Amino acid sequence: MSEQAVLTGEHFMTGDEAAAEGGLAAGCRFFGGYPITPATEVTEVMAKRLPGVGGVFIQMEDEMASMNTLLGAAWGGMKSMTSTSGPGFSLMMENLGLGIITETPCVLVNVQRGGPSTGLPTLVGQQDMMQAKWGSHGDYEIIALAPSSPQEAFDFTIHAFNFSEQYRLPVLLMMDESVGHMFEKVVIPKAEDIKLVPRRITKDKPADYLPFKPDDDLVPPMIEFGEGYRVHITGLTHDEKGYPVINAEAQQPLVRRLCEKITKNADKIYMYDERELDDAEVVVISYGITARIAQQVVNECRAEGKKVGHLRLITCWPFPEPIVRKLADRIKGFVVPEINLGQMSLEVERVAGRGIPTICVPNAGGEVHNPEDIHAVIREVLK
Amino acid sequence: MSTAPAKAAPVERKELHHPKDTMLREDRLPHIWCPTCGIGTAVSCFVEALRETNIPEEKVAVVSGIGCTGRVAGYVNLDSFHTTHGRAIPFATGLALAKPDMKVVVFSGDGDLVAIGGNHIINAARRNMNITVICINNFIYGMTGGQCASTTPQIAKTSTTPTGNTDYPFNVPYLMDACGATYIARWTVLHIRRLKKAMGEALNKKGFSFIEVIAPCATLYARRNRLGTGFDLMKFYHDNSEIQHGADTKMVDIGFQEKIICGKFVDIDKPTFLERYRGETNGGGK
Repeated sequence: MSEQAVLTGEHFMTGDEAAAEGGLAAGCRFFGGYPITPATEVTEVMAKRLPGVGGVFIQMEDEMASMNTLLGAAWGGMKSMTSTSGPGFSLMMENLGLGIITETPCVLVNVQRGGPSTGLPTLVGQQDMMQAKWGSHGDYEIIALAPSSPQEAFDFTIHAFNFSEQYRLPVLLMMDESVGHMFEKVVIPKAEDIKLVPRRITKDKPADYLPFKPDDDLVPPMIEFGEGYRVHITGLTHDEKGYPVINAEAQQPLVRRLCEKITKNADKIYMYDERELDDAEVVVISYGITARIAQQVVNECRAEGKKVGHLRLITCWPFPEPIVRKLADRIKGFVVPEINLGQMSLEVERVAGRGIPTICVPNAGGEVHNPEDIHAVIREVLK
Repeated sequence: MSTAPAKAAPVERKELHHPKDTMLREDRLPHIWCPTCGIGTAVSCFVEALRETNIPEEKVAVVSGIGCTGRVAGYVNLDSFHTTHGRAIPFATGLALAKPDMKVVVFSGDGDLVAIGGNHIINAARRNMNITVICINNFIYGMTGGQCASTTPQIAKTSTTPTGNTDYPFNVPYLMDACGATYIARWTVLHIRRLKKAMGEALNKKGFSFIEVIAPCATLYARRNRLGTGFDLMKFYHDNSEIQHGADTKMVDIGFQEKIICGKFVDIDKPTFLERYRGETNGGGK
């Protein structure tokens, strides 16, 4: 170990690089990855930096393998991370589910590009937002954060690690190509000023330890392999001991708890940015790169005297229902620009109900929105 | 005058345990494997081999994929992980890199390791990842009811090759040899002494060690091919296995009900992934 893990100071770097530095600052010492545009730079920074801080980088043979190495490293006591984009994200869905059911902390960065399939490798998209929530089979809840700048790529990667340790699950950083490849100032604080959530290691002795017996917040404490606990961890439905139990009596409480450890703690997880909501008649809801265009439009509207506010989602999942519901009771409508043909807007519509309009400003990808397209919809709703 | 019968001295009864009980999860037995299945025999050899090494049990992890052999992780009383189908090796890779002081053993089946996990096994062998892979080859997908595998010999009937398999099967030791595995052996479950010895050697080996274990599946493979019972398959191994240590792996392919060449084929030393990564050898790294 000869290099600094936390590069305290001011930097000029991309979102991809900032996500990697955020991981290192959060204590990530294992990265298993596979090259893919536009996420390769995360991988390259980790390949360069990890050996110097006592960590391990390994380039795997595919994304299914990458995702699984994270789980192996996590049960070996390390904080682990990978990065990918759409096609690789699809391949990671299999073992994202394994991470969910085995309650394994790790962080997955998805630098979104245009799809479906190979689509637009080098150009922006926000089309994996629903896949993040529903892409792996079975019922589950996830935590997904969307940064709008390289600074947030750094900060939110640290949040992602903290959430993954607090709630014991893989956490997603849903970046997009524009933020991933954008150069901006990134301020990295001193190591001692970065708040990190440690792994929830059990205090029980091996004879008393039940790997899936939850604490009051529904999250079970963890162990590390090789410490004499002799645990069995399986992707099958299991009891508190971790043993496979293939019946409804085991399935019902397990799957409900896996979901409720997020939904019942959601108030502690929600993150969003409220701008000029107090008197707003129309609220724009956006995230990622699109939030920057949306904010420009909101500023223009305000300059014109229009009562328009902006709710920027940071946690897209869990979706911050309470604030959206509260706004829905008193505004004229929501406008949801996103670089897809309507994904998070479906969630806004679900929560807002049919009383007011929720209008998506669709964009199939390859470029960010033209501000005028968003403006036009706002004018329509204000009529 | 009668006297009360002498009170029988209390018989001291020792609580009896099977010698392997501490190595197995007693509370999970009986296991799910069919009578005459070969997997249990291989597990038995494994726990005996492990006990004879000097490796502390808490420093051993068993990782399995999906399938009949995928259930091994659930029966050994060690840190164990039951991954998704085909992915035992990448999980083991992450674990072995995070815990270099542990011996990580992948115990899984031919379908799991060589078909759906094929990309992982060839790359782990190529990297010389420090793991031991025990591959139970019963020539068929057992858990799902007897479908054709990438190891099913030509002609053999399975539920998805009802008129006989037309595909060429993998010669698994040859595949592993080509990928650079440092230890390669093949034994049938009839060869329990030799299999146990090979497992001990593999456990003590640094780098990627591989053992193919030929095992009977009487319920599906033998029944569909009218090969008799599990006993008949063991008798077949007895009559048709030929030990050829150091055999050219190119020559050890297995045809339908043909000779099974067993033995230790490869035993070499070279730096592992982590040794090269840490620059501890001349094999590269920083």
